[in-house]
Amino acid sequence: MNIEEFIKHIEDEFDDLKPGILKPESNFRESFEWNSINALILIAMVKTEYDVTLSADDLIKSKSVKDIYTLIENRKS
Amino acid sequence: MALFSLPGIKISGISAAVPENREHTADYKWISVRERESLVKNIGVETRRVALKGTTTSDLCVVAAEKLLDELKWDRSEIELLIFVSQSRDYLVPTTACIIQDRLGLPHSCMAFDIGLGCSGYVYGLSVIGGMMQSGAIKKALLMVGDISTLTTCYRDKSTYPLFGDVGTVTALEYQVNAPMMHFNLQTDGSGYKALIIRDGGARNVMSRQSFEIKKIGKGIYRSHLHLELDGIEVFNFTLREVVPNVKKLLAGTGESLAAIDFVVFHQANRLINETLRKMLKLEVEKVPYSIRDFGNTSGASIPLTMIAALQEPLKRGKKRMLLSAFGVGLSWGSAIVETDSVCIPDLVEV
Repeated sequence: MNIEEFIKHIEDEFDDLKPGILKPESNFRESFEWNSINALILIAMVKTEYDVTLSADDLIKSKSVKDIYTLIENRKS
Repeated sequence: MALFSLPGIKISGISAAVPENREHTADYKWISVRERESLVKNIGVETRRVALKGTTTSDLCVVAAEKLLDELKWDRSEIELLIFVSQSRDYLVPTTACIIQDRLGLPHSCMAFDIGLGCSGYVYGLSVIGGMMQSGAIKKALLMVGDISTLTTCYRDKSTYPLFGDVGTVTALEYQVNAPMMHFNLQTDGSGYKALIIRDGGARNVMSRQSFEIKKIGKGIYRSHLHLELDGIEVFNFTLREVVPNVKKLLAGTGESLAAIDFVVFHQANRLINETLRKMLKLEVEKVPYSIRDFGNTSGASIPLTMIAALQEPLKRGKKRMLLSAFGVGLSWGSAIVETDSVCIPDLVEV
């Protein structure tokens, strides 16, 4: 897995997100409309693609796309 | 492990009654138009049936039962067991099943009681009723599963109000020596009891003046302690963690394979959860029916309602192997494999 692939998965899930805008350092709360439904979409994608569970606490503590990616990476290994 | 099989039980008929009154997500003015669109697209609820004040779950179940018993041409005096599975009973005391026994004109020789479960109620109810019937002493029984969930959600709580719909369902069961086995795998994790909860009004927190106070919980979320609260992410993660292993254990324990299953009916929690489960189990779209778009999340009754709303024609004709999987409040979850054969399914009744 790599972060570009992770970003591609996020772009696929969120129609409003134009490809190329989201970067590893982007704050995901500002990059696309952040609400509870979108949180569920992200959690569902991470579970299906990486078999990793993100909790509410994980999301609260994460700021950037890279923060979430690192969490996934650590839990996969 | 609560993994077991029951012989000799046939599902003879299934019926449901819903309130005529509809509410549409598109008209839910508490949230923005954009949020409404996202709700329809992701959570999957377009329309919900909402009971008018004063209508109870038992009212809906009685109407559904009258219709089913007429079509089945069952003699009411032969019904010896009635189980009502709900979290919206008529009174705190007495048991709703007793009232239903009388209203339906069932004999005094009929035993009747309630089970207080929500989302997982249908598979649990089937297992209890099947367990009681398997000896052959009781020949005919009714399983009623339903909820009026809309009564306990707060209009100003976007995390619950637009999700739930009301329905009462009835499943008629018969003892039949050669009926195929029903298989069950039922589980519980009460440590998550706060994930879906109405805090006040029971014995733990007796109802008080404070119970009615509506407080702001978060953006777009206001409610009192008499309203249902739902921790969406917690429930979502519980479902993604537990449901697939539960189903796989049921399949492995019984030697069944998903390929031999005609339809997998999930509790209609929300479209995103259910689609994720479908993908995790690698199930074809055609095998996984929905009723959430037209009826919302209908609690324990969502499985029988989906069987009526989406599978009425196939279930009426010939044998079908069904995998039923339910999960939610408790936390309580489970799955069942049942084989149906030419089920009597009257059209949905509107009240």
